[in-house]
Amino acid sequence: MENERSFLEYLQHVSENVSPINFVLIYDNIGRFFEGALVTLQLTFLALLVGGLIAVPLAIARAYRKPYLSPAIRLYTYVFCGTPLLVQVYLFYFGLGQFEAVRESFLWDPILSSPWWCVMIAFTLNTAAYTTEFLRGAIETTPHGEVEAAKACGMSPTTRMRLVVLPNAFRRALPAYSNEVIFTLHGSVIASTVTLQDLLGVGRWLNGRYYLAYEGFLTAMVFYMAIVFLISIAFKMAEKRFLRHLRPREGSNLAKAQAAL
Amino acid sequence: MNLKKSILVSVVGAMALLGGQAAVAEELRIGVEGAYPPFSKKEADGTLSGFDIDIALALCAQLERECELVEQEWDGMIPALIGKKYDAIVASMSITEDRKKQVDFSEKYYQTPSRFVAKEGAEFELTAEGTKDVKIGVLRGTTLQCHVEKVYPDADLRLYNTQEDVFADLVAGRLDMQLNNTLQAIDGFLNTPQGEGFAFLGQNVDDPECLGEGTGIAVRKGDPLAGELSAAIEAIRADGTYQAINDKYFDVDIYGE
Repeated sequence: MENERSFLEYLQHVSENVSPINFVLIYDNIGRFFEGALVTLQLTFLALLVGGLIAVPLAIARAYRKPYLSPAIRLYTYVFCGTPLLVQVYLFYFGLGQFEAVRESFLWDPILSSPWWCVMIAFTLNTAAYTTEFLRGAIETTPHGEVEAAKACGMSPTTRMRLVVLPNAFRRALPAYSNEVIFTLHGSVIASTVTLQDLLGVGRWLNGRYYLAYEGFLTAMVFYMAIVFLISIAFKMAEKRFLRHLRPREGSNLAKAQAAL
Repeated sequence: MNLKKSILVSVVGAMALLGGQAAVAEELRIGVEGAYPPFSKKEADGTLSGFDIDIALALCAQLERECELVEQEWDGMIPALIGKKYDAIVASMSITEDRKKQVDFSEKYYQTPSRFVAKEGAEFELTAEGTKDVKIGVLRGTTLQCHVEKVYPDADLRLYNTQEDVFADLVAGRLDMQLNNTLQAIDGFLNTPQGEGFAFLGQNVDDPECLGEGTGIAVRKGDPLAGELSAAIEAIRADGTYQAINDKYFDVDIYGE
């Protein structure tokens, strides 16, 4: 208790005399920032999960050029990759809310009237579109040898897909996917424009409540940096594990050369 | 410790940069909003109009200074003033104690009450219990945010970037009620086709601590411009300019007591 008080006093001293930033206000409202971080993480990772699941079959259909299906999916990914996420969120939130028919449909009350769902749908469709395209690329670049070897072993097309093509495509897509995860996290700030209290939303709330310029944004920035830091560590570990075969073997000349660099 | 220091240095650096830029300009730059009819709105051709805009221009004429109107979204209004993006705010900003910690104000140039708006016939009791989980929309960073958070802590408060978005969600049914300036609510919403079926709810809000005492012009701390603007307000009140602008937009005198 004693310790905490002196820490607060220290913060107060720094805020009033030394820094242009009011740390006491940040300290007082830090709980809200954690709640905001939870909303941000929830939106980001749920959208990535569902979007990722949608993307797999779409990417397969695209890579194998299924008639009718593939051009339709191309149109979808073109629309969602080619337009700003903000516009997509506005379209779902303010756009759909304009129509009487939508407001009276069964979809309105639990889903489309809630900002959370509107943002969730837009984010999911957006990340699914991007993931579809680079997963398609990864599937298309499957070396012929791998497929032929799988055929020679007598694997059926489904087994081939499940055991050879997809796992290796995922491996090839992994580095690109870390970018997608971080972009989705960055894109999630859009939630605050439709009243959700995500990390940026809390930052803007703090600024708005106390008429400040920096405190809310700086705190949100620190939180975003921490999240991105954790994401990159997770991907580093995943790449170490799943892309082990691409690293030079220990003791090889290449490894020595790289170590020397 | 190191991180804290480096953040500090970068912020101070950014402020110095902004300050350096502003010192060059000589004309008076006035921060205005643009999505708060009839006080400020954007015409189809992109020009600004409204009571606040006319008052700002009249004050510039009175001060005999060149003016430039700078548009700014509401929740960044005060930070942009402190950051010297402009020198004064004429955007229906209430004079409150909280804001006085950050900026100085001129004397008021109008004073009107605020009131809730909800669906016609809606029955909400305006008490802390009566508004539990009731969805209330207000503009982010307003005196009304302060009022709702203080008096109705259990309400489901939603914060918006512009007043137009608040009305859009009220119509869409995402909000149960909204709170803002009565004149703005009448002219910007209730008297428009959009506002059909909506009406005021309860009485005018009485909360001087949050809502302040009238609407003033904000300037940076210690800027003598506050006094000059107060004198200019008095002058345009005296020579009838204020009255003419008032009558252009309102049937009643909005200067208040």
